[in-house]
Amino acid sequence: MNEPILELSGLTKVYSGGLKALDNVDLEIRRGEIFALLGPNGAGKTTLIGSVCGLVRPTGGSINAFGAGLDTTWRSARARIGLVPQEMATDMFETVWRAVSYSRGLFGLAPNKARIEEILRSLSLWDKRDAQIRELSGGMKRRVLIAKAMAHEPELLFLDEPTAGVDVELRKDMWRQIDEMRARGVTIILTTHYIEEAEEMADRVGIISKGRLLMVDEKAAMMTKLGLTEAHFALAAPLAQLPHELSRFSVELEKGGTSLRYRGGDGTGRGKAEVAELAKALVNAGIDFTGIDTRESSLEDIFVSLLGEEEVPA
Amino acid sequence: MIAWRSTWSIYKRELVRFMRTAFQSVLAPVLTTSLYILVFGGAIGGRMPDMGTVDFGAFIIPGLLMLTLLGETTSNSSFGIYMPRFTGTIYKLLSAPVGFGETLLGFVGAAATKSLILAAIILLTARIFVDYTIAHPFLALLYIMLVAAAFSLFGFIMGIWADNFEKLGIIPMLVLTPLTFLGGTFYSIDMLPDPWDKIALANPIVYLVSGLRWTFYGSSDVSIALSLGITLGFLVLCVGVVAVIFKTGWRLRD
Repeated sequence: MNEPILELSGLTKVYSGGLKALDNVDLEIRRGEIFALLGPNGAGKTTLIGSVCGLVRPTGGSINAFGAGLDTTWRSARARIGLVPQEMATDMFETVWRAVSYSRGLFGLAPNKARIEEILRSLSLWDKRDAQIRELSGGMKRRVLIAKAMAHEPELLFLDEPTAGVDVELRKDMWRQIDEMRARGVTIILTTHYIEEAEEMADRVGIISKGRLLMVDEKAAMMTKLGLTEAHFALAAPLAQLPHELSRFSVELEKGGTSLRYRGGDGTGRGKAEVAELAKALVNAGIDFTGIDTRESSLEDIFVSLLGEEEVPA
Repeated sequence: MIAWRSTWSIYKRELVRFMRTAFQSVLAPVLTTSLYILVFGGAIGGRMPDMGTVDFGAFIIPGLLMLTLLGETTSNSSFGIYMPRFTGTIYKLLSAPVGFGETLLGFVGAAATKSLILAAIILLTARIFVDYTIAHPFLALLYIMLVAAAFSLFGFIMGIWADNFEKLGIIPMLVLTPLTFLGGTFYSIDMLPDPWDKIALANPIVYLVSGLRWTFYGSSDVSIALSLGITLGFLVLCVGVVAVIFKTGWRLRD
């Protein structure tokens, strides 16, 4: 699990118009993991993928894949890398079977009908194998893109916004398929701006904005570092100021003293314990409350908070 | 090192695309060329004086064949690479373990094959209307293959250069067709008055038409060696340009 399958070092891309899409990115992807690259539109996610897959020419830095420099071993490396692009880019007049078979051949593998059938069946495309791609629904077309990427049995698979524009049911179906690919030993790097997708799928998460990788960590560790518990106590009677018994807690009055807000903890449960202690302290201090609303911060809060900091000029 | 399976996949896919659009790719050019042969060769040709030892109907066959070959080969090849760029499917090719050699052999080989199929159909169809002979059939085949390969490469370059459909049609329609018409398809350069007979030699298509005509009838406006040299030179130039395109990633990779 810890062996790196992909290493980016100081990866930089400045487009001819002067746009710096990647700014000195260092990243290590471990074999067998699902890594989610999270960022807003234009953050540099697709450029990063393109740099590894040969669609973009980096202007600086280096890429190591499968333990060797991509500059010199691009042929063998590309044969082991798959890409599902963000755009629905596929020959609309081609049949599903031909499109997937072509992908396999293009990557230098001998025809294997049984393997193609297995891929199509796993993606529920078998019944549509002789249909032209233009006849398929949007979700089915996206599955064709995945089938094409899987046709040459890649060890490292890039999924660029795999569930963009698909309905909730299909999105969950895609997550299941991604999980199955991981079970087969495929390392997966997915880009997304659906936070729930990263929360649901990823082992590790990287947050990218304006071409810079702001943070990379285990999903759980990220929650521990940046996660918060927030609790709102609805007070029975408004308070003019905080009593000194509550000074050890991270609390403040809001809504004209009718509500007490706690914000603290670290995403490991310490926050919840402190909320319970705070409730006892309120009772002991004779402060009556009529309700408690508790919320654990999500990856989305962390994401928004990190991007918010990024907006502030240094 | 050439990855032959990848090359074969590209080649096969391009031929499937060709067959899928057979009406447009085969029937239309064959019909157009047949009409030229029927009108200029069959109907008008009978009333025209012989061109040297060859009657007019037979004389125009190599030129008309060249006219179709140049247009169709360039169009086929340019569409072959432009369409994936236009639809975005080029990502598959760029992310695959294929390089200059495989891409070139696959796309250009398929475009050249299509041209040979087209040439064979046109020649067979022409035989219905005009009685012609081929003095050097092996050389004719070789020459057609050489021209098809060179203009497939040229079309490939056009397909990478073009950033819209209009540009894609400009070269075949506004450059190749007029130059071929003025390149001795319907007449011998000797028939032009001075100085036009010398000016005509600046038209590179003259050498191509003349070369093919030599393989048919053993005589032409310019020597076969010069025609072959110019065709080969153009082929080498196109290979060089495509090599630079791949090396720099011009219009292929951002």
